[in-house]
Amino acid sequence: MTVLTSLAKALAAYSMGPQRLTVFRHQYISSKPIVIVPLTLAGETNAPLAAMVGSDRARPTLIVTRQPRERAERLQFAGRLASELLFPIEMAAQRTQPTGPGPNARMRVVDAPQIWVPNPAGIEFVRTLGRMTRLRQIEGPWAVPKKVRDLGIWLTWFAEQAEFADTGALIAATQALAAVWATGQSDLEDGNLAAQMAWLDPPEGMDVASAVSRAENPQLCPPAGPTTDPTFDRLFLEPALRDLASARTPAAHSAVHRRLTAMLEEQMRPTWELVWTAIDLLLEVTEAPRVPKRWEQQRDRFTSFHQYVANGGNPQAKRDSAGRSAHRLAELEQRMAAFEAQRAYDDPLVIADYRLTGEAFAGQVVDVDATRRVPGLRRSVLRPLVTVATSDQVHLDVDQHVYDPARNGQQAVITSVNETEDGWRIELELQNQMGGGQTAKPGSVPLLGEEVTYTSVTETFVRRRPWPTREETPWTHGGPPPDSTPVVEDAAEDWS
Amino acid sequence: MTSPQERAEIKTAEILTAFTNGGRRGVVVDSPPGAGKSTLVGRIAAEIATAGDTVVVVAQTNAQVDDLVAKIATRLPGLIVGRLSRDGYLPPPTLLLPNVQVASRVDDLPDCRVVVGTAAKWAQVRSARTWPWAVVDEAYQMRSDLLLLIVPLFKQMLFVGDPGQLDPFSPIDGERWSGLPWDPMQSAVAVLLRNNPDIVPHELPVTWRLPASATRLVQTAFYPFSEFTPGTHDDERTIHVPTVGIRRTVADEVIDLAADTGWGFLELPHRNTLRTDAETVAATADVAVRLLQRGTETVCEHAPGGRRLTAARIAVGAAHRDQVAAITRALRARGEIADGIRVDTANRLQGAEFDITVILHPLSGRIDATPFHLTPGRLCVLASRHRHACIVVGRRGIPELLDAHPGTEPVHLKDFIKFPDGWEANQAVLAHLSNHRVSALH
Repeated sequence: MTVLTSLAKALAAYSMGPQRLTVFRHQYISSKPIVIVPLTLAGETNAPLAAMVGSDRARPTLIVTRQPRERAERLQFAGRLASELLFPIEMAAQRTQPTGPGPNARMRVVDAPQIWVPNPAGIEFVRTLGRMTRLRQIEGPWAVPKKVRDLGIWLTWFAEQAEFADTGALIAATQALAAVWATGQSDLEDGNLAAQMAWLDPPEGMDVASAVSRAENPQLCPPAGPTTDPTFDRLFLEPALRDLASARTPAAHSAVHRRLTAMLEEQMRPTWELVWTAIDLLLEVTEAPRVPKRWEQQRDRFTSFHQYVANGGNPQAKRDSAGRSAHRLAELEQRMAAFEAQRAYDDPLVIADYRLTGEAFAGQVVDVDATRRVPGLRRSVLRPLVTVATSDQVHLDVDQHVYDPARNGQQAVITSVNETEDGWRIELELQNQMGGGQTAKPGSVPLLGEEVTYTSVTETFVRRRPWPTREETPWTHGGPPPDSTPVVEDAAEDWS
Repeated sequence: MTSPQERAEIKTAEILTAFTNGGRRGVVVDSPPGAGKSTLVGRIAAEIATAGDTVVVVAQTNAQVDDLVAKIATRLPGLIVGRLSRDGYLPPPTLLLPNVQVASRVDDLPDCRVVVGTAAKWAQVRSARTWPWAVVDEAYQMRSDLLLLIVPLFKQMLFVGDPGQLDPFSPIDGERWSGLPWDPMQSAVAVLLRNNPDIVPHELPVTWRLPASATRLVQTAFYPFSEFTPGTHDDERTIHVPTVGIRRTVADEVIDLAADTGWGFLELPHRNTLRTDAETVAATADVAVRLLQRGTETVCEHAPGGRRLTAARIAVGAAHRDQVAAITRALRARGEIADGIRVDTANRLQGAEFDITVILHPLSGRIDATPFHLTPGRLCVLASRHRHACIVVGRRGIPELLDAHPGTEPVHLKDFIKFPDGWEANQAVLAHLSNHRVSALH
């Protein structure tokens, strides 16, 4: 937890009201989000019980398994979920536009699907359901409908996208809220969507304290799932499942099933409403300037993965190969660094955090040599010197690169750091973004007296040799793995 | 009984033979702190180059590369040594030698018999060429994903590193790969050994840096399965503190204790504090300055007649950067005498060597022990930088803190297990320090 987050939490607890952590919202929110509220049966890994799905708050689709203890029913459940999800995915993929003018432009979808779940456990549900279904065969023994396998491939893609810091594909509502607001409760309590929303949007006429204690009552605010409330399990679910198993006639069965459906809907409906309210609350926060660009990249990723699936690509392997895992780690790191930097450049509250840890400083320009030139390889190059006086506690060294968020990340090198009586004087040599002319283009060099901010946080671009394919795995990493043709047994798990 | 020099020499010859005549694709050398790792790398590179082959040396940081280039170029005055670097790199004065060439593309260094570059730089090389020999220095600090990229460039590789130092770091949660034999978050050597169980690491037998008083503790706490001995006898390394000083303080007492035994633990009263606890910071700075004020002299095999301890031979180590900043400020406030004392974090002190170190215990004053603070490598680096003595400053109550915070990290099937466990290593060091304790009572 950073200093500012701690302070915001303390203030929130003191004032009994939420505190803003960021000035902007750094999360893109789709105009047509798909919300999934899943429930699972206690006692088994990912035994789906029910789900509320849809992109219309007023008319959710309710999917309830006919008998959650039966394995085949789980695939039926996946099939019904596939009918709900694959359609919007396909619709989004059909509407494309060129990335730019000219013959080299690629096609990119106009809007990509965005899935919301109540909490991180919901993401885990999506991941395990994807794993359960994507490795099934669509012909031969134990074949499943193609849509079940396709659902598995897509759910896995969404869950894997959710591992990236800058994700916009699959979002847990609690995390999206916690990125913008601090409440006066612990992170663990913030993991309960009802308790978190009690701080942000208490019911009409109720103060935060009573709203929070109301949220702790599972009868009024059922858990956001996928795990159900144990008391509900004991008093309602267990008898209903027993009746379901002992129903002898189809009429009796459907009567019990109706009862089950009604009680599960009662459990999911409050969470469904909370997720939509959370989305509305987040929509009211101004979007950060760099959000559309990131969403554009996310649309590119969706476009290319859809292309892969449409061309009959294999489902994702159960485990990453050596090259694949290294590639993914590099991508995770690169996207995290980019997201952190973009957030810091966009948001004064985020940069304030870096100022507190000594990775950024803000101050006044006290000296400028805007026309300084130094000898370069062929001709002399413009390298203005700027001296900044700051009272921030700086932990930066000479020769370190820093960037100016106000000038689109203009790079500067620290040439000296001196402690003075009331802070620090830092001398910087500007490196780029000044135009190619004899003098710097207007506005690209800070003026005397200007308030400036510099930070060492930056996006990283690393050029590398290509990662090895499975077949190219070197001897240090076990050599090429044996043949990888998909087989029926791929879907088996140690615990299944 | 062979002398340490002879044993080290025999081992070096053995490693050289295993690498150049063994026909193996990979040879691993584990080295305890200060066992002459870089010397070994320089020597092997020089021998292969002298025999007429081209050899590549891979290091992890630019400072390590500069250091190796200077060493190898001095050793091989007749051959050209290449320094592979990024664009716009300006070589430091130590590299301005007639037989050193600098280039940012490896194809611009065709005449070099030895080419040195960072692992990250080699991972960018897009040359059709391959090299017969590569020596990787500090291989335990290289992540296995980088290794994946550079392996295809080389036919035979020698990995040299210190398994006890800090593991490579990533801000990413790598749980999805834990247990995989090619886990990209693990060090290059860990993955290499996991996938090639027939490779048995060689171990360098002698630590030239650590005094006899430190070797045993460092070995039991951090290298429980290695055998290494100090290169010097108990009485070959001594410290004299000629000035007694009027108004003796606890800093003086702990210095006297460390001068006698090689270890000192200045224990402040128990208190839960911020990381930059003003009292601990002041005590740390006091000890460092007091060492100089009292005209400490060290006697060792390089200076049998004794020499005055200078600021440049003292290091102050801490776990966090804000602690380093606070100590630096405290030292500056104590005047010119402290100029030149190196204050740094464990990460940056890796590979460096000093006569006396003063360290702020990573767990001092804390209310919890996180995995960051329990990493054995962090404490190992801090406790193994000195040639004469190490003085630890910390608050009372660290053993109790450890007892209250056993490791809670999830355990994964087939995961890489690293011995020793940080918790245990910390306890071992504290148990040893409890016999070298000076309490500051208020």
